[in-house]
Amino acid sequence: MAKPASNLTRNAEALGAWIDQRIPISSFWKAHISEYYAPKNFNVFYYFGSLATVVLVMQIVTGIFLTMHYKPDAASAFASVEYIMRDVEWGWLIRYMHSTGASFFFIVVYLHMFRGLMYGSYKSPRELVWILGVLIYLVLMAEAFLGYVLPWGQMSYWGAQVIISLFGAIPVIGDSLVEWIRGDFFVSDATLNRFFALHVIAVPLALLGLVVLHLAALHEVGSNNPDGVEVKKNKDAQGRPLDGIPFHPYYTVKDLFGIGVLLTLFAFVIFFAPEVGGLFLEKDNFNPADPLVTPAHIVPVWYFTPYYAILRAVPDKLVGVILMGLAIMVLFILPWLDRSRVKSIRYKGLGSKILLAVFAITFIRLGMLGMGTGTAAETMEARIWTFAYFAFFVLMPFVTKYEKTKPEPKRVSK
Amino acid sequence: MMRILAILAISLTSAASWAAGAGNNLQQSGANVHDITSVQRGAALFANYCHSCHSAGYMRYQRMAQDLDMDEEQVKRFLIFSDAEITDYMKAAMPAHSADWLGKKPPDLSLTARSRGPDWIYTFLKSFYLTADGWNNTLLPNPSMPHVLWELQGIQRPVMEAYTDDAGQQHTRIKELRLDQPGRMTLKEFDAAVRDITAFMVYLGEPSIIKREQMGIWVVLFLLVFTLLAYLLYKEFWRDIRK
Repeated sequence: MAKPASNLTRNAEALGAWIDQRIPISSFWKAHISEYYAPKNFNVFYYFGSLATVVLVMQIVTGIFLTMHYKPDAASAFASVEYIMRDVEWGWLIRYMHSTGASFFFIVVYLHMFRGLMYGSYKSPRELVWILGVLIYLVLMAEAFLGYVLPWGQMSYWGAQVIISLFGAIPVIGDSLVEWIRGDFFVSDATLNRFFALHVIAVPLALLGLVVLHLAALHEVGSNNPDGVEVKKNKDAQGRPLDGIPFHPYYTVKDLFGIGVLLTLFAFVIFFAPEVGGLFLEKDNFNPADPLVTPAHIVPVWYFTPYYAILRAVPDKLVGVILMGLAIMVLFILPWLDRSRVKSIRYKGLGSKILLAVFAITFIRLGMLGMGTGTAAETMEARIWTFAYFAFFVLMPFVTKYEKTKPEPKRVSK
Repeated sequence: MMRILAILAISLTSAASWAAGAGNNLQQSGANVHDITSVQRGAALFANYCHSCHSAGYMRYQRMAQDLDMDEEQVKRFLIFSDAEITDYMKAAMPAHSADWLGKKPPDLSLTARSRGPDWIYTFLKSFYLTADGWNNTLLPNPSMPHVLWELQGIQRPVMEAYTDDAGQQHTRIKELRLDQPGRMTLKEFDAAVRDITAFMVYLGEPSIIKREQMGIWVVLFLLVFTLLAYLLYKEFWRDIRK
């Protein structure tokens, strides 16, 4: 027999009921956390979605503290970052968390996207989950670029100069468009000021909105898994998915472990190698922006270098820009390029496996070439890999349609 | 899981060293920012030989005193040669119109160790030589600054050699620098002095570096324990899930 409830418990329950009649907190918690059924066969690649959320929150929180001390003014921006690094209590930690967080965001997102490619997480009925994800990726790139300009070092300045000038390749409106983006005839205080506004409010708002939609779409159709089994298809008498387990506590506790691993690696970088040898914080960005001195070697941060390599591989600027844009835009139509009957790479044929492996190598190799100085040999090699990059998407419909696949299991395997 | 993490870690570090090692012939400085007496000696040398012309304008004297275990009186007496206060930023004593007589304003040295790297500073300070035209430097040809440490190092002169380039043209180039007239220090003492200056400039580039690396060990250890506990918790919860 249950003990009679104490006054306190009864009051708490009454308060809970009062709130529930007015706002759907507990039903929301049930639908998306405690009774959201996720497949029980997630492997290590399924950590990166929740890890991306953790990094996003960290970026927002550290960003708020940085804005308390940073000055979006061409004359004092660089010095204000050094002020944060030296005179603000724990400023160095907050700044390193933010700068390292940017790179970690891309590491996590690239692995998250690769997971999607491996297990066909973009295929029906998850096309919109994928498309919203690609939008998040695009917005994230904009956010990273805008943020990189703010420290107003040499690489900030000249990186902005190069990237903005890409819009100048557009016929007819190019030059006016570039001027409109910069707000001046060259990258200047006006540019820095508006980039600050976009970086701290406009783009993060869009990012958060897209993340909410990404999750809403995911929870509508349910998560994919390494077997590609639709978890919402097999349910027991109570309507609970047989291959699923409640997200909370099973995946919250599992993700807690993943967060531990992420934070350990993160702390290792922050405390022992915050520059990662010039990869996360470029050496030349410790020189204040100087419009009169062009650095010998302008390259973007590592997460943009695959696209930068594609851009540089093409002699014609406009064609290069178009190809670079296409390299990203083609991701949007991926759900319709894959004609396979099965989702997961586990059950696809050898052709798909080779395609994906070559694509992964291509992306990494392009990234390395994009960091180089752009010698003739590098440019030649970048052309080959650029070809390989697009070949992945062009060949996919044929390979996936005609290759022999293994039967997909009805239920999740061990 | 662990295998994937290991691969990730290896590829990250190898990519980093690959990005950092853009082939050059810099000498290893061996500067150690955690050797506090080395950094202190470097601070004194910096104040005596560099700071009259070069600012370290993002750094306050007071912060330096705290980090390097010096009391403020010592700093005022031995390291500040201008009328600056202990709470001021480290501005050079040189007047603003100095560019008129050097052709170029001496650059701020706050972040040189971060933009150029410690080995560059070490090599640069050891690469001055004297010709009939005045001081020159093998690492940074035709620098605006003279060899301020020449009294310590002595005078180096270049030894030339002839070579043929790819096009078959004859040229001469500097083969090595040879000490022509010894200074107050032996070669070893001078290397150590330059190493001290380099260590100080590494500190100057990022004053939090000393605390950061000491603290980092504890943070990483804490997170490892946290991760282990989270792992055990995860295994405990998942015991009732039949795979």
